[in-house]
Amino acid sequence: MPAILELSGLTRRYAGLVAVDSVDLAVTPGTIHAIIGPNGAGKTTLFNLISGITPPSEGQIRLLGHTVTDEPAYRRAALGMGRTFQNIRIFAAMTVLENVLTGLAPRFPGGLAAVIALLPSLRRAERSAVARARDVLDRVGLLSKADTPAASLPYGDQRRLEIARALASAPRLILLDEPAAGMNPAETAALALLVRKIRDAGTTVLLVEHDMSFVMNLSDHITVLNFGRRIHDGPPGDVKRDPRVIEAYLGPKVAARLAAQRQTTPGP
Amino acid sequence: MPPWLDDLFWTYQNLVYALGINGLLALSIYVVLAVGQLSLGQAAFMGLGAYSSAIMTLKFKLPFLLVLPASCIVPVVFALLIGGPTLRLSGVYLAIATIGLGEVLRAVYLNIEWLGGALGLSGIPERAGIVSIYGLLILALLVLWIVGRSHIGRAMEAMRTDETAAEVMGINVARYRLGALLASAILAGFAGALSAHVSSFISPNEYAFEPAVTILSFALLGGIGTPIAPVLGAFILTLLPELLRGLADFRLVFNGVIIVIAVLFLPNGILPFRLRRHGR
Repeated sequence: MPAILELSGLTRRYAGLVAVDSVDLAVTPGTIHAIIGPNGAGKTTLFNLISGITPPSEGQIRLLGHTVTDEPAYRRAALGMGRTFQNIRIFAAMTVLENVLTGLAPRFPGGLAAVIALLPSLRRAERSAVARARDVLDRVGLLSKADTPAASLPYGDQRRLEIARALASAPRLILLDEPAAGMNPAETAALALLVRKIRDAGTTVLLVEHDMSFVMNLSDHITVLNFGRRIHDGPPGDVKRDPRVIEAYLGPKVAARLAAQRQTTPGP
Repeated sequence: MPPWLDDLFWTYQNLVYALGINGLLALSIYVVLAVGQLSLGQAAFMGLGAYSSAIMTLKFKLPFLLVLPASCIVPVVFALLIGGPTLRLSGVYLAIATIGLGEVLRAVYLNIEWLGGALGLSGIPERAGIVSIYGLLILALLVLWIVGRSHIGRAMEAMRTDETAAEVMGINVARYRLGALLASAILAGFAGALSAHVSSFISPNEYAFEPAVTILSFALLGGIGTPIAPVLGAFILTLLPELLRGLADFRLVFNGVIIVIAVLFLPNGILPFRLRRHGR
């Protein structure tokens, strides 16, 4: 199956620092694909490159078969990509429902002239958008709070609202940037359920996360970054055994000791 | 009209005109602030509208019915010219660049004899009036209200809150920025043409830094939650100097104090309410 998202040689340099260093990546449709790595590994920069917030220094991004390397973020969204942010970025003054409706922006026909002419087709579009937004809110369990101001939601709900907003336009691919950050175990478990539901409904999930048990239980595929480079790529079972990954997380000393232990102690 | 009303109108005619024109200017800054752009070119656009319309009336003897709609052409051309290079700017950088436009144009008016130079243009016939001023103000309010309640208004509020998040949601932020700048130029252009055709005299200094700040204060006082809020701010700030006439020289001090108090205690303006967008 062709990849839904394909990165080749993707690089982003800042003065004196290579935040993302010629990363190749292929995301298979219908999977949950996790990107992990120590702090500063370039995960969020990679997300910003993919969603079009940061322009790459080199390399190519292909989304659903289109080369989108030079396309602005809004056009990538219209092609079928949604994302959430590490630090929550909901529209605080709006209601929960309005936040989700914002995610449906590309779906409205006609521009300013159509609005001023009070076209009936626009009113129909608004009605179907509201129905769609309520449906998405129902999926993430926020329907009962549709008319509350977004700022007054508790933290976990704000995270789920961000996911709902990104899901509104039924994207083919959704990027979740540390969705479990700051959540308690119960909230994390509910989130894992939601992410699975999203995948099963046909949206491919690409996520960055620090919560290892969350990632290991959930992901179909894991990519490990360190200092901007891809150091591992494969199913979750292999990741824990890769010496390069252990070294990246625990440092060379501990990694060497672990390797020595494994050699001296005979396996079961 | 009964004679006493006639008298009253004659006494306060200029004030009545100023209220409407300042209302239009308040809407002109509202449209850029509504998309989160601190763009302060309204006075410059107003000057372009005033000068181009006065030239059309004085030198080309065109009828006002043609001059008024045409008065937005030159401001729109300038908005398109500065729209490209300033599209990437935001915050105070954009504010400085747009104030710069006003200062550049002031120097241009001062030095071109055909535009009256430092003396300005005088003898502009009084062609505008209550109907044209308040007709345009009400029309502009109505259009902005309808737009504000639509998905476009929602996108505008989204990009005002968080431009990056809005763009990732599929909103073409650059297009909205340019659209808001053009709308701002059109409204200010009309206001300029109307003011030129009620005051009979225009000069270069009327459209530079000071009016730019005054126009911003309309929106600061009123708020930008709804289009009516900045207009109310404009009305209050236009009426205040008249109501405070008894304070003589302390008028401006009092005026300033009121703005400071409003900004400190009413950070969202005196009308902080948001537009309601969908049936509940």
